[in-house]
Amino acid sequence: MALDSPWRSDFPALAAFEAEGQVYLDSAATAQKPQAVLDALLGYYTSGAANVHRAQHLPGERATRAFEATRTKATHWLNAHSPAEIVFTRGATEAFNLLAYGLEAEFEAGDEIVISALEHHANLLPWQQLALRRGLRLLVLPLTAEGVVDMDAARELIGPQTRLLAISQLSNVLGCWQPLTELIALAKVHDALTVVDGAQGVVHGRHDVQVLGCDFYVFSSHKLYGPEGVGVLYGRSEALQRLRHWQFGGEMVHLADYHSADFHGAPMGFEAGTPPIGGVIALGAALDYLGSLDTGALFAHEAVLHGKLLAGLKVRDGVRVLGTPQAALASFVVDGVHTADLAHLLGEQGIAVRAGQHCAMPLYKRLGLTGAIRVSLGLYNDTADLDHFFTALDRALELLR
Amino acid sequence: MTLPDSANEALAAFGQSGGWEQRARLLMQWGDRLEPLSDEEKQEANRVHGCESQVWLVGEPGADGWRFRATSDARLIRGLLAVLLVRVNGLAGDELVKLDLADWFAQLGLARHLSPSRSNGMNAVLQRMRELARPTG
Ligand SMILES: Cc1ncc(COP(=O)(O)O)c(C=O)c1O
Repeated sequence: MALDSPWRSDFPALAAFEAEGQVYLDSAATAQKPQAVLDALLGYYTSGAANVHRAQHLPGERATRAFEATRTKATHWLNAHSPAEIVFTRGATEAFNLLAYGLEAEFEAGDEIVISALEHHANLLPWQQLALRRGLRLLVLPLTAEGVVDMDAARELIGPQTRLLAISQLSNVLGCWQPLTELIALAKVHDALTVVDGAQGVVHGRHDVQVLGCDFYVFSSHKLYGPEGVGVLYGRSEALQRLRHWQFGGEMVHLADYHSADFHGAPMGFEAGTPPIGGVIALGAALDYLGSLDTGALFAHEAVLHGKLLAGLKVRDGVRVLGTPQAALASFVVDGVHTADLAHLLGEQGIAVRAGQHCAMPLYKRLGLTGAIRVSLGLYNDTADLDHFFTALDRALELLR
Repeated sequence: MTLPDSANEALAAFGQSGGWEQRARLLMQWGDRLEPLSDEEKQEANRVHGCESQVWLVGEPGADGWRFRATSDARLIRGLLAVLLVRVNGLAGDELVKLDLADWFAQLGLARHLSPSRSNGMNAVLQRMRELARPTG
């Protein structure tokens, strides 16, 4: 049964892709933007750009108000306590780096940082490098065959030496929701800080950071239908106070002299330099847009599509899906067919999927694979997109086998 | 300059290929014609990094120009390597460094495979060839 997306027409890029013969199934890499986001960007620049938090003039006040309005919207989106708990960064990656530098003083040689085997490089390398700088141990939580963190192993590995747990909410390779509540509870028993990589999770569910109980939650605007160049770091106010400043420059300082300075606390103290103002304002428009949709209908639509994606992959001979994906995406390999060849022929047929290791090289190594093809869904995809994909897949496999 | 026969053959074959399927079949056929590399030659030092698939490249200068051999574990990449080799083999080092390979792939209708967003490694292969050829060039 065909299923259209009632929201597809809100995204001009989808019509543009259609005209070019491209089927976009790579939203986990970056999502298309609704007209409302494009309007917000254009509106900001055409009505007059101005720097934020600096000027007394009207354009400056207007920009600052719109910029801060996004902070409030992000606060509501995550159900944070207050806008002071929302720090804007230049992306999820920068937020993890901010944390790994800002928390460095919390660690002593021999302390342990715990991550999982499925982390994206963005939530792996900053911790790995911190561990190397400080002589810490980086422990890696193993996964079950389904692709979720093995809780028995987690109970063994998370212990009194654990100072920090950093974990993905939804894997960008396996499409599995991770047992965050249990993991965070385990970490808390040992007073460890908790960092959640919500880069994928935030797109496919509504999450309440107070219910999750994490100290930090990170996501990127561009995957949540907003512009790139903007990341959001939620920090519980007590946790934010433990951060040391890491980037220094304009407006994060309260008093500056040649030889000393006194810095603002969060959030301003962690937003050195001119932020991506237009992008932040347009992220606000993305949140407004998403907030105006029927969330139940949206996630139901995604679930039906995801089910069809999995079902279609399952009936095809030799196709092996990685893990047991629960949402958003599926990665797969085909026995006897090189992923690079398959990717090549899907690309030739206008199917925009991602091939490779998806910024999770150690995970692929563990899986014993050199790469896979990932199909990922956005709210604008429909069954016709999947039909195109499967037709292209069949033709490619016919040629290659 | 005149092209080697095999390069002209590639131009004729790919120049006429209409759709992606025909292009893919041709690439696979050309890939099958690659001279094999010995297991010894498929060593880490000859691996070209920046490739989603594994690619090995060896080359040496001779009296009548450079002779490269290459292979990959992916079939279509082998085809791309084959049409690359027919264009570069026999060139002197300085000719090789100057050669506009993007143009060559464009003439074959394969320009997309050289685009910077591709991680299939054709660009890395070119780079390696130039590095090998430069000292004698
Ligand atoms: C799970 C996960 N974490 C982190 C990131 C990094 O996001 P960004 O590249 O926007 O900083 C990504 C993006 O691919 C991701 O999928």
